[in-house]
Amino acid sequence: MTRMPGWADVALIPLLNLLIAFAMSGLVILAIGENPWAALKIMVSGALGSSYGWGFTLYYATSFIFTGLAVAVASHAGLFNIGGEGQATLGGLGVAMVALALPWPHWSLALLAASLGAAAFGAAWAAVPAWLQAKRGSHIVITTIMFNFIAASLLNYLLVNVMRPVGSMDPASARFPEGAALPTLNGMAAGIGIVWGRNTPANISFFLALLCCLAVWVMIWRTRLGYQIRAFGKSGPAALYAGISPVRITMYAMLISGGLAGLMAVNNVMGEAERLVLNAVEGAGFIGIAVALMGRNHPFGVLLAALLFGFLYQGGGELALWTAIPREMITVIQALVILFTGALDNMVRAPVERMFARRAGR
Amino acid sequence: MDPDTLIQILDSAVRLGTPLLLACLAGLFSERAGIFDIGLEGKMLMAAFFSGAVAAVTGSVWPGLLAGVCSSMVLSAIHGAASITFRGNQLISGVAINFLASGLTVLIGQNWFRLGGRTPPLTGDGRFSPITLPFAEALREVPVIGPIYHGLISGHSFLVYVAFAAVPASWWLLYRTRFGLRLRAVGETPAAVDTAGISVVRMRYAAVMICGVLTGLAGAYLATALSAGFVKEMTAGRGYIALAALIFAKWRPVPALGATMLFGLLEAIANRYQNIDLGGVVLPVQFMQALPYILTVVILAGFIGKATPPRAGGEAYVKER
Repeated sequence: MTRMPGWADVALIPLLNLLIAFAMSGLVILAIGENPWAALKIMVSGALGSSYGWGFTLYYATSFIFTGLAVAVASHAGLFNIGGEGQATLGGLGVAMVALALPWPHWSLALLAASLGAAAFGAAWAAVPAWLQAKRGSHIVITTIMFNFIAASLLNYLLVNVMRPVGSMDPASARFPEGAALPTLNGMAAGIGIVWGRNTPANISFFLALLCCLAVWVMIWRTRLGYQIRAFGKSGPAALYAGISPVRITMYAMLISGGLAGLMAVNNVMGEAERLVLNAVEGAGFIGIAVALMGRNHPFGVLLAALLFGFLYQGGGELALWTAIPREMITVIQALVILFTGALDNMVRAPVERMFARRAGR
Repeated sequence: MDPDTLIQILDSAVRLGTPLLLACLAGLFSERAGIFDIGLEGKMLMAAFFSGAVAAVTGSVWPGLLAGVCSSMVLSAIHGAASITFRGNQLISGVAINFLASGLTVLIGQNWFRLGGRTPPLTGDGRFSPITLPFAEALREVPVIGPIYHGLISGHSFLVYVAFAAVPASWWLLYRTRFGLRLRAVGETPAAVDTAGISVVRMRYAAVMICGVLTGLAGAYLATALSAGFVKEMTAGRGYIALAALIFAKWRPVPALGATMLFGLLEAIANRYQNIDLGGVVLPVQFMQALPYILTVVILAGFIGKATPPRAGGEAYVKER
């Protein structure tokens, strides 16, 4: 069969998939008696129409970049890391332990240490499933799902029994010290005399996320390790024949993946909540799956997809505020995006491929 | 611990293990035919919602049960289309189904009832009521047998007995019928089944639809028997526990009964006792909640026996290349 041009694979098919997912979402909104066009307008103006909206959109997008990159890196090695949720939960624990350990003199030191803590804890939580996959052949999808639940129970235990300040009823850690407060984008803009995004949680970890995008790109396409990861992901036996150790690549890919998922906690735990609470991740680990799928596992695609999901999250919140459409509409849109860009991809791909084949044959 | 408490805990284990058992058998049929299903959770949730909603509107549990099973089968059909017809990634399809159910149940629930995603509480005929087996009252005072028969075996709802009957029925269907042989073969070496002139696609769709019926029963049980109505996210990870039980049972129906009842017992114990003091070592309640998952990882790691999944699991069958 003639292959279709690269641009169709990279841009046309994802766009068609997305279009179908959004059309279906529109039908769902229509079915519950609301106007999809009006809903879209509220979402756009609420998420992108003001610097306030952008402040939230970028905050959500930051988390999704981390979890999306986590899924993408594992995918390149042919591993489906569905455990971003648990790894980000543990990342939060790492951030909290670092932030509460010292009276941090300056946020930059705290950010550096907390990032290391978050990545280390996230990577550690991914290490066990990775090792079990590499050494014992236990299916990584099932083990990472199990580790999500174990992480939730572990955090619940630690918050209720260990980290909760004396006298507090709330299952949450103590507030982080002043010195561990990250600069918000609002504060940074004010520093150069611009009024932007007042009272929004977007913070400096957005730039950390962009840095990670770049680092992942360099790692995947410009280093020996990245080459080995991609080779292993395309064909395990071929990689083995070329002298690439499956155990080593599985471990490295999952450690990097878990570390990226863990880094998400710098944004939500350190940048926003400034203390560790139950269920801080709020499903962002799973959204990473949709983001990586849509972004075709490319860091730039992940960035765009994360921005789109950030927009959906903030816009969905606005919808719940101004219409009778509940917040769960975002979950439905997310499900449809995963369904059409992921599972039902061939439904769109096959006819498009046929169309290109016909044109080439003419 | 006195015998009465023991009977109560076991009774509660049966109640809590039943949805796991139905979902586990559902996953068994699907995965034995080579279709991974991590969407058990979503299908149960969807069925729980529609059974709760329809039972509340009609005032009768039977239309509710039917609606629940149908809704779950619709999701199964989507999973089938994605993973069999369009040869998509079965895991991703499952993830999508879980989200779809999680979002749609609240969205539709809020739209129909305006109770924040809940359905109106079910009363009377809207629920499955306990069935008292014959002679249960008469035998109540007989030592040993009496409490076990009256307290543990009798007094469950219709669906509990259905679930227990489904275990030998599944065993018979899978291991003693031509259909079962073909279904298992389709999950191991689909090419061989195809060569024999049997449609792999049709067998896999059949398995996925059986999975839909069973998850439908599991979801309906949650909303109309275990509780009185649907609440948001009421499956609470049970679909994943069922998946864990399936691995624990090494994809076999009779061990599935044992695994799900064990996990039901763990949940019953965690519900009854907050922290368990084992002479110096205190087991926190969170540990009991995490135990099914920890046990599954240990089993998967192959430290206690080896769990080998069906060989063709997760792969779409391509007839010609």
